[in-house]
Amino acid sequence: MRDDHSDRGRGLALEGLGVRLGEEQLVAVDTAIAPGEIVTVMGPSGSGKSTLLAAITGTLAPAFRLEGRIRLDGRDITALAPEARGVGILMQDDVLFPHLSVGANLAFGLSRAVRGRAGRRARVEAALAEAGLEGFAARDPATLSGGQRARVALMRTLLSDPRALLLDEPFSKLDTERRAQIRSFVFERARRERLPVLLVTHDPEDARAAGGRILEPVSPGGAPTG
Amino acid sequence: MSAESPSACRSAAGDGLATTPPERDARPPIPQRRPARFLPWAPAVTLAVMLGPVAAGLAGTLAPAFGWLPPLGGDAFSLAPWHDLLATPGLGTSVRLSLVTGLAATALSLALTLLICAAFQGSRLFRLIERALSPLLSVPHAAAAFGLAFLIAPSGWIARAVSPWATGWERPPDLLTTNDPAGLALIAGLVAKEVPFLLLMTLAALAQADARRMRLAGLTLGYGPVAAWLAGVLPRIYPQIRLPVYAVLAYSMSVVDVAMILGPTTPPPLSVRLVEWMRDPDLTLWFRAAAGAVLQIGLVAGALLLWRAGELAVARLGRRWLEAGYRPRGEGALRILAGAAAALIALSVALGLAAMALWSVAGLWRFPDALPDGLSLRVWMRQGSSLADPILSTLGIAAVTALAALALTVACLEAEHRHGRQPTSRSLWLLYAPLLVPQTGFLFGLQIAAAAGDVTPGPAAVAAAHLVFVLPYVFLSLSGPYRAWDTRQATVAHSLGAGPDRVLWAVRLPMLLGPLLTAFAVGFAVSVGQYLPTLLIGAGRVETLTTEAVSLAAGGDRRLIGLYAILQMAAPLPAFMLAIALPALLWRRRRAMTVAQ
Repeated sequence: MRDDHSDRGRGLALEGLGVRLGEEQLVAVDTAIAPGEIVTVMGPSGSGKSTLLAAITGTLAPAFRLEGRIRLDGRDITALAPEARGVGILMQDDVLFPHLSVGANLAFGLSRAVRGRAGRRARVEAALAEAGLEGFAARDPATLSGGQRARVALMRTLLSDPRALLLDEPFSKLDTERRAQIRSFVFERARRERLPVLLVTHDPEDARAAGGRILEPVSPGGAPTG
Repeated sequence: MSAESPSACRSAAGDGLATTPPERDARPPIPQRRPARFLPWAPAVTLAVMLGPVAAGLAGTLAPAFGWLPPLGGDAFSLAPWHDLLATPGLGTSVRLSLVTGLAATALSLALTLLICAAFQGSRLFRLIERALSPLLSVPHAAAAFGLAFLIAPSGWIARAVSPWATGWERPPDLLTTNDPAGLALIAGLVAKEVPFLLLMTLAALAQADARRMRLAGLTLGYGPVAAWLAGVLPRIYPQIRLPVYAVLAYSMSVVDVAMILGPTTPPPLSVRLVEWMRDPDLTLWFRAAAGAVLQIGLVAGALLLWRAGELAVARLGRRWLEAGYRPRGEGALRILAGAAAALIALSVALGLAAMALWSVAGLWRFPDALPDGLSLRVWMRQGSSLADPILSTLGIAAVTALAALALTVACLEAEHRHGRQPTSRSLWLLYAPLLVPQTGFLFGLQIAAAAGDVTPGPAAVAAAHLVFVLPYVFLSLSGPYRAWDTRQATVAHSLGAGPDRVLWAVRLPMLLGPLLTAFAVGFAVSVGQYLPTLLIGAGRVETLTTEAVSLAAGGDRRLIGLYAILQMAAPLPAFMLAIALPALLWRRRRAMTVAQ
């Protein structure tokens, strides 16, 4: 097992990852997520799910103590700044920037490597078309439906060339009918991009649809305690 | 399940089909945080800018109060200034006026504020009151005081409106309705300005206090709305409005401009006498002024202690009331009183401003005519060119000060955000410190310290002095919205590759444009209203609309006073209009942004 971890393999590896607040162990996970694999973390609210995500995005508050390592495609990102990690995240409320148009939201996410106004605009238009939202670039995000907003948020994240994708209950605010549709859209895109995906949810339906392994924030046999 | 799952390890090891190019792996690790430049220093710099002048001013006051002021021959410590001060005729009356008007104005303002909230919270009238707050707050103290004087003076609008048909007065009656020896007009003028301020602070506290449910709990237990509010809500919010109340007390006890316009004159309250001594051509009076300033600080400190003791006593009585379960009757009268008070305050400020506007364009206006014979722009034309200088220096100093305060505030709040620090109650006390030390107590000393440090009196020095008072208000205005900003926006922006600076400039500040502009406007208005710092630190060389208007108070030329007071009141309006118009224009196609504000 140890040897596998140190391989120059791709994917998101949480090696003995633990988060404590004072004496309390909030997170203890030890796993590796392969490219294209979707691992689900289930647990009731307050069970450390969001703490786990904050540890991976690098936005833990200073009061928390982090143990273990996070590797992404072999690179140790444990101590990197959030913006340097290459970890994309989709949240419950899609968190589109309300002061920017749909197109500007996507352009904000689009990697700097894509240069030139025309080139960047073309990429944004292509992403919108892919999401079935042709001609939406000038729209106010507040005028979109929940499903449309979720798709814009996903495309924005993908345009930033992430190497792992975190899903923080991104489907829970959608109505049942749309939920299945958006869920399969997100999963399919993530698999096609060969992204390792960590899905946090309390909806068993999400976990079933992901079809992968299911963890708890403090897993038996996870990070060492004490 | 955990990492022991063999399939996970196998696929993690064996998959080489990732879409990202391999050379990205070779990037050297980036340190977690770029070494920040100014930001970590921002809180310290802000405190120094705000409290440095207060400390220097206190030192500059204390030394001459005990005889030490070498340039004026004071090179030995002595109690002579105190002997001189205590021998001043009428000192006892001045001290009593300071204490009584300050305590009465504060108690009355707080009582009316709480009564208005208790009687009307949640009602449609309350929303109307909320909407009237900002305009009332933006009116400078001096302009509001002049307006009140224009209404209640023996020859004021009220007397004219009811004469001669109701009163039989053909000439202004010989009554002291302004500048009365008891200071009642002064108290009224302060209450008209402090109730809106305390209401604003109470509203901010109410928003966090779950007030609606607490009040409902009291109602269902059989208490009337006012009693339910006082029993269930007040104890929770008072700790949050305590510092603003203390600031009102310190301000009311030491105010100069309002006291010069509405207060008693023979003798005036202590603060006005201090300024007379400070401005006297006979420089030996500086020693007496310094001793008096120390006395003023002591008075304010004593009054604050007295107020604290009063809080404890009221709390104890209140607990007894609560435990007795007494349900008072007759709340209807209280609600009427609260409504009348709110209406009276709004009306008196609005009518006062109207009276001044009318006077500035009045032709012949004999007593007891309710309206002038005709209108004329004579005063405006005659003053025309000489208005440019005070207008420009007022707007210039206000813009520079408010902008500096805004930059420092954003830097402090952003440093707090990035370094994950929590605001403490001690930092709030530091923020209020410049508002709790009486202005007369340290500005005179600051003038002396500035002279000793070879600081040229001028617009820059005046702006630095204004900053001391502008910073707390800008910080108080912006900190709530800044801290309430949803940090998930930052998490998402970071995950898209944006660094902390890009998140600040491209996401956070644009999203907070409305609150930023409002804080700027608040700071602008505070600067426009400053009288004493402009007078003392500018050494009479910096003329603003406020100093010009107040200097006219003794003269009694109503047309000229009206003109300056209207200009003074209008000066902050462009900033407030910008705060309303610019976000509405920029976000006209961004629904979520206009709803949020």
